[in-house]
Amino acid sequence: MAIIIDETKRVMIQGITGREGRARTRLMREFGTNVVGGCTPGKGGQDVEGIPVHDTVAEVIEATGGVDVSVVFVPARLVKSAAIEAIEAGVKLVMLVPDRVPLWDAMAIAECAEAHGAEFIGPNTLGVISPGRAVLGMIGGRAESARQWFNEPIPGRTVGVISRSGGMSSSCGYYLSRAGLGISTICHVGGDSVLGLTFPEVALKFQADPETDAIVLFGEIGGSMEERLADLMKSGKITKPVVAYIGGKAAKEGTRFSHAGAIIEGDRGTHAGKVKALSEAGAVVVDGFGDLPEAALSVFASSTSS
Amino acid sequence: MLGFPEDAVARLHEYQGKTLLKKQGLEIPSGMVVRSPEEAGEVFQSLQGHGAERVVLKIQAWITGRKAVGGVQFAQSVEEAEAAASVMLGMKFGHFPVQEVLVEECVAIAHELFVSLTIDDAARSPLLLLDAFGGSGIEDRAAGVARIPISVTDGVHPQSIRRVLLDSPIPEKHHEAIVTAIQQIIATAKEVEARSLEVNPLVVLEDGRVLAADCRVTIDDYAVFRHPELGIEIARELDHPATALEQVAYRVEQDDHRGTFYFAQLPIEGHEDSSGLIGFHGAGGGGSMMSMDAVSNEGFTLANFCDTSGNPSAAKVYRAARVILAQPGLAGYFGSGSGVASQEQFHSAYGLAKAFNEMNMTLPVVIRLGGNAEDRAVEILEDSCRDLPATIEGYRKDDTPAFCAQRFTSLVKDESGGNSSDQLVRSVPDWVGGDAEAFPIEGGHVWINTDACDAALTARMAEWSSGLLKDDGNGNPVLAVPEEEAAKADSEFIACEIECLRAGTPVLFVDLPIEGIDPVTNSGKDH
Repeated sequence: MAIIIDETKRVMIQGITGREGRARTRLMREFGTNVVGGCTPGKGGQDVEGIPVHDTVAEVIEATGGVDVSVVFVPARLVKSAAIEAIEAGVKLVMLVPDRVPLWDAMAIAECAEAHGAEFIGPNTLGVISPGRAVLGMIGGRAESARQWFNEPIPGRTVGVISRSGGMSSSCGYYLSRAGLGISTICHVGGDSVLGLTFPEVALKFQADPETDAIVLFGEIGGSMEERLADLMKSGKITKPVVAYIGGKAAKEGTRFSHAGAIIEGDRGTHAGKVKALSEAGAVVVDGFGDLPEAALSVFASSTSS
Repeated sequence: MLGFPEDAVARLHEYQGKTLLKKQGLEIPSGMVVRSPEEAGEVFQSLQGHGAERVVLKIQAWITGRKAVGGVQFAQSVEEAEAAASVMLGMKFGHFPVQEVLVEECVAIAHELFVSLTIDDAARSPLLLLDAFGGSGIEDRAAGVARIPISVTDGVHPQSIRRVLLDSPIPEKHHEAIVTAIQQIIATAKEVEARSLEVNPLVVLEDGRVLAADCRVTIDDYAVFRHPELGIEIARELDHPATALEQVAYRVEQDDHRGTFYFAQLPIEGHEDSSGLIGFHGAGGGGSMMSMDAVSNEGFTLANFCDTSGNPSAAKVYRAARVILAQPGLAGYFGSGSGVASQEQFHSAYGLAKAFNEMNMTLPVVIRLGGNAEDRAVEILEDSCRDLPATIEGYRKDDTPAFCAQRFTSLVKDESGGNSSDQLVRSVPDWVGGDAEAFPIEGGHVWINTDACDAALTARMAEWSSGLLKDDGNGNPVLAVPEEEAAKADSEFIACEIECLRAGTPVLFVDLPIEGIDPVTNSGKDH
C-alpha cells in the first residue's frame, strides 16, 4: 500500500524546465514515479526527458486527463502563486519543495487548500519516498542510492517514517533498513514552521495503511506537532507503536528570543515537553539518535512475543 | 528606510516596532531613541517642553525582564535622565551591548491589555492572543488568555474582540477604540510579514486615548527581501545584534546562492570548565541539531552553530570553514550532518580540505561525510590533509554520530590536552602574488606556478579541473574556456588545487580572500 505516493499516482511537475525541476524529474522517473506532465509559464510546447511541457497546470490536466499530485520546483517567491494555481485547478495534493517560502505565503496557501479540500506537503521538503514504488521530490539524491539505502516493505516488520528534517529522513530510512526493517513510506514534512501535512496527519495515514506496522519519528524542538501526535495516541486514534527521537536537546535555552507569546504556550515546544508528551502517550522515545533502530526492533520483538 | 541602524536583523527594537504601528495610525507615547547621555538630556528637555513631568528610559535590547536588570528607569530632571542613560549605555548582555535607549513621556494609564499576534502552527494561521486584565504577570494568567484565530485574507472579526472586552473590567466606552487599535496591530503584522508582534501592554489612558506602550516585532526572515523599507541588512532571527563574524558569514551567503550557509555564534560562558571550545559545522537542520546533541553529550562547548546544506559549492563550504576557524581559542573542529546525505559529498570534502590546508590545521578534526559518494569524499579529505600537524579524520554513514563524537573527544585529549589553540593563521604559497600566472574568478584569483609544471602534470590538471585548463603547447596549463566561463568555476578550481596537492605537486592556488577576515592582498590586481 504505502501512503501519499505509489507507482499508480499521476504526477506533474511545476517548474519542470528549471535546473532543479529537470534533475528531480529524472530521479523521480528513474525510481518509478509516473510523471505525466509538467508546466512552466511561457515554455509550453517544449519537452523535458520526453515529458510534454505546458504553460499552466490546467493545460497539463486537460492534456493528460488528470493529475493526482503536483510537485513544485519554482523560486521561493513564486511558490504561493504556483501552489494556488494547482489547488484552484483541482489538484488535491501539492508538494512544495523550495526553501525560504515566506511564512504569510505559506499561510495563504493553507487557507486556499482548506477551502478547496486539498492537501499540501512542505514548504521546504526533501520529499516523500515509498521504497520499491515511487518518489516525490528528491530523497536519496540518485535513484540507485535510494534503492540501496531503503528496504522495501517486509510483511510484519515494516515501519513508516515521518521526519521534520530532510537529511534525517534519509538517515532514519537507511539505519532502519540496515537493522532489517522494511519501509512503507518515508515522509519529510518540511522544515518550516507552517506546513501542510504535519506529524498528526501523516501518522493517521500510516495508521490506516495495512502495510505499515509501526511509526518512527524524527522530531525537533519548536512548534507543536509532536505534542499533537501524542494527543492522537492518547485518544486512541493512533494505536500502532510509535518510536521517536527528538533533536535539539543541546540547543541552549535563552539563545532564542523568549517572549510572552511563547511563554504562555507552557512547555509545548521544548525538548523536555515533547519527550514527556510522547512518552506518556506510550511512545518509545530514545535519547540518542543511534538508539533508534534498536528501539524500533524492540517494538517488533515485544509485539510478536505477546 | 525608517532610520534603522545598518546592522539591523529581522528582530526589531521596541522603538522600531512602534514606528511601524504609528504608520498604521496607532498612537504611541512621545519620545525618541538616544545613543548618548547628552541626547537623553535633550530629549528630556524637549518632552518637558511639551508638558511631560516624568520620563521613562528603556534599553533597546532583546532580553526578557528588562526591569529586573535595571533596563527601565524613570527620570524627573535632565541630570537624572543623563545619569540613567549613562548606566544603561554601558550594559552588555552576552553578545548584546546596549547601544540605544528609548526616552519617552510617562503616560497616565487607566487600563492595560496584553496583545500578541503569533503564528499557530497547528491551525496554519495567525493567532491573536488577547488579555484585558492588565499586561504584567501575563505568564501567570496564561490559561485565561483569549485565543482568536485570524484569517490571512480576511483579518479578524471585530465581534470576537468585543466579546473578550465585554468580559473585562474595561468600561464599554473604550471598546471601539481598542478594537481599532488591535486591528491596526494586525494590519501592521500583515504589512511587514511579522512572525510575531507583541504589544504588552496596549494601554487606555485616563483621557481615553489608546496607546502602544511597548512593542516587540520579529519579521519573517524569508520575507525580508520584500521589505526594503525596513532596512534589514541581515535577515536572521538572531538573539543579539550580528557579531562581526556573523556579518562576514551573511555577506558570504548573499554573494553565493549555491546551497545554504547559516552561521551564528553561541554564548560561551563557562567553556573553560567544559571539555573544550569547538568549532561546529553541521549540514542540514535536523542533522546539525542531532550532531550538536552528540558532541554536546561529550561535554564540549560549541562556539558556533553552522549549517551548510542544500548541495553547497566547494567554495561555499570552504568559506564557511574559514569563518568557523576565525574564532579564537578553539580546541577542535567537529563536522557532521544527517550522515546519509542525498547530495554528492565530495564537493564539501574539497572545500574543507582547502580550508584546513590553508590554515595549516593544528586542531584535530572529525568530519562525518556520509551520503552519496562518501568514499570519495573521505579519501579526498584524509589524503589531502595527511601532512598537516593535526589529525583529520573523515567518517561515513555507517559511523554513528555518537562514535564520531567519542573519536573526536579522544583526538582532542591526545593532541591538545584539551587546551585551546591561539588564532590560526592563513598561509598562501610564496609564489602567489609574484610573477606567477593568474586569472580572475568571482571573489578572487586562480594562481598557477607554471615554472613547476610539465606536460604530464598539465594533462592531469586538465582532467582535475573538468577541462577548464589545457596544455598551451609547451607543457604549461592555460585556460581552455573563456575567462567569463572560468570566473564561475571556483569550485572546479578548488577541486584541481586539492588534487594537485594530493599528487605532491601544489602548483595551483585558488585565492578567495574573505572580506572582514583576510587582509586585502595584492592578488586583487588584474592580469
